[in-house]
Amino acid sequence: MLLEVRDLHVEFRTREGIAKAVNGVTYSVDEGETLAVLGESGSGKSVTAQAVMGILDTPPGRITGGRILFQGRDLLTLKEDERRKVRGARMAMVFQDALSALNPVLTVGDQLAEMFTVHRGASRKDARAKAVELMDRVRIPAARERAGQYPHQFSGGMRQRIMIAMAMALEPALIIADEPTTALDVTVQAQVMELLAELRRELRMGLVLITHDLGVVADVADRIAVMYAGRIVETAPVHDLYRAPAHPYTQGLLDSIPRLDRKGRELYAISGLPPSLTAIPTGCPFHPRCPRARDVCRTDDPPLYEVSADRRSACHFWRETLRKEPLDAPR
Amino acid sequence: MSENVTLPQQGAKQQGEALLKVEGLQKHFPIYGGFPFKRQVGAVKAVDGVDLTMFAGESLGLVGESGCGKSTTGRLITRLLEPTGGKIEYAGQDITHAKRKQLAPIRSEIQMIFQDPYSSLNPRQTVGTIIKSPMEVNGINPPGGREKRVRELLETVGLNPEHYNRFPHEFSGGQRQRIGVARALALQPKLIIADEPVSALDVSIQAQVVNLLQKVQEEMGIAFLFIAHDLAVVRHFSQRVAVMYLGKVVEVADRDSLYNRPRHPYTHALLSAVPEATVDGPQRERIRLAGDVPSPINPPTGCRFRTRCWKAQEKCATDEPPLVQISGNAEGHLTACHFPEEPTIKGGKEVVLDPALASLESDSK
Repeated sequence: MLLEVRDLHVEFRTREGIAKAVNGVTYSVDEGETLAVLGESGSGKSVTAQAVMGILDTPPGRITGGRILFQGRDLLTLKEDERRKVRGARMAMVFQDALSALNPVLTVGDQLAEMFTVHRGASRKDARAKAVELMDRVRIPAARERAGQYPHQFSGGMRQRIMIAMAMALEPALIIADEPTTALDVTVQAQVMELLAELRRELRMGLVLITHDLGVVADVADRIAVMYAGRIVETAPVHDLYRAPAHPYTQGLLDSIPRLDRKGRELYAISGLPPSLTAIPTGCPFHPRCPRARDVCRTDDPPLYEVSADRRSACHFWRETLRKEPLDAPR
Repeated sequence: MSENVTLPQQGAKQQGEALLKVEGLQKHFPIYGGFPFKRQVGAVKAVDGVDLTMFAGESLGLVGESGCGKSTTGRLITRLLEPTGGKIEYAGQDITHAKRKQLAPIRSEIQMIFQDPYSSLNPRQTVGTIIKSPMEVNGINPPGGREKRVRELLETVGLNPEHYNRFPHEFSGGQRQRIGVARALALQPKLIIADEPVSALDVSIQAQVVNLLQKVQEEMGIAFLFIAHDLAVVRHFSQRVAVMYLGKVVEVADRDSLYNRPRHPYTHALLSAVPEATVDGPQRERIRLAGDVPSPINPPTGCRFRTRCWKAQEKCATDEPPLVQISGNAEGHLTACHFPEEPTIKGGKEVVLDPALASLESDSK
């Protein structure tokens, strides 16, 4: 197993109290596998990734429990200088907003070359040549000339490709991409996702793809982990999840996207709002919005039930959900 | 191609007078530069000859990539921006360069819903004041008083009337967008320009707001110009759809015709690039567009899409294709292309219209 996150807990101290952003998240990624972490804003998907990368702001954030095993070593027990050697070289991150993730006062060539001078001790000249090579590889036209330009001189799609070049510069074993295409137009989004998938195959990297877009996930992921209120509510291979979700939240998300093959006058809408992280409901955190909720859901927090060998669902009534049984008594 | 061209008429199926007619609309934002005296050195041609027609009570989707001028078009129609050229006709009246006084009666009939529910509500005003102020500005006194009307509106958009005295920061993004909808409805408009009304919201909240907008549109018979980049949402919401590229409308048609038989290569590419949230069925054909949208400061000659088009020929560089109904298109389906696609999207098979949807369509008219 390349990466294993076990029972991770992260809290933030805020003015409103302790915000429990991540509450016992467990997931794993194998070599060459793509895991999509799906969730709405505030579900804890990005915070989990930041904890894995070791770029969580502490304070106000605090990891209160759990382990993060990367290639067999627990990252949370490493010293900062050891952690630094892992970050960038063996695991790298692609951020959503490339313009703010890149340094505006350095040319992109310099920023890419820095990866080689800092981590590999390459000479400036060699590093520069490698930078141009990388830009070529992510299909930036006229890479040699453009290496001398600044981030603002590139279009959004190209900036994102430069981010990807930077992430894969040292051929890491794992890439975490946090909403890599959310800020891009659909035509450019397709280019970037294809590039990412191609590089991942070539280098046999593990990929954690964080997104809220169910469409993007269907195309590229092997497995999906759906997050809600700081925990995983369902994990499954991508095909199984789309055919028959085993958690009412996943079901609701899938039903609320307008689709060609499901024409109707009204979209299904999950009622209510995601809970505040300072006051997560007791029992199942989804129960106030769940059409299947019964008394037990208000009191007992569902564990991750084993649906099949490679599927888990945190719903007391996953059998009914999986079989798409009609909703019985109103709650 | 001129022999199989018929006279363009948008939305030919629709009867009656057009509510809004836009012809050759242009907006050029000047760029100043030079030393020591600043002078105009160029212009961003954000909107460069847009033709649109809207009928009362219909919803028209306007899609395109960022920077194609769809939002600018919306702002020109509401006259938040002064057009550089072209003509805007609202209910038979030319409002292209109408003065403040002439616009006053029309302003209350054209309302706008903005993308960002955080910056489009004044944080210092209560919800009641926000929704009430359009009525105050326009001197409207509904029976029972303005406050009563505001409370009714809050209920219409699915908020608690008790929230009258609360401030915007007490609400979530989806609820704020509902407040924005209530404000737009306050003057009982005939036309609402909704500029990316759901793109800032989470998936589960998006569906709630889309349903609300649809309810409002159908029950109150308000015409909607729905500006969005999300093709799936537009398909769900709009009866007709116009596709923009680099300041121009390249294709416009009723929903089924556009989504099932796009004729413009750009529309085809755009549709094929949308990731579908499904894993069943055969792998769809994917067209990958190379490169980025060219700069609107110096758009390509002839057809603007030719630099990214896989079908482009010499003619495309010299002649700008007109927006016309080409042979094989349904009525009201206009395309601006010299070498249009075959009228189907799925591997040579003709796509049959879903009869259920067709009947729903005719019901709603």
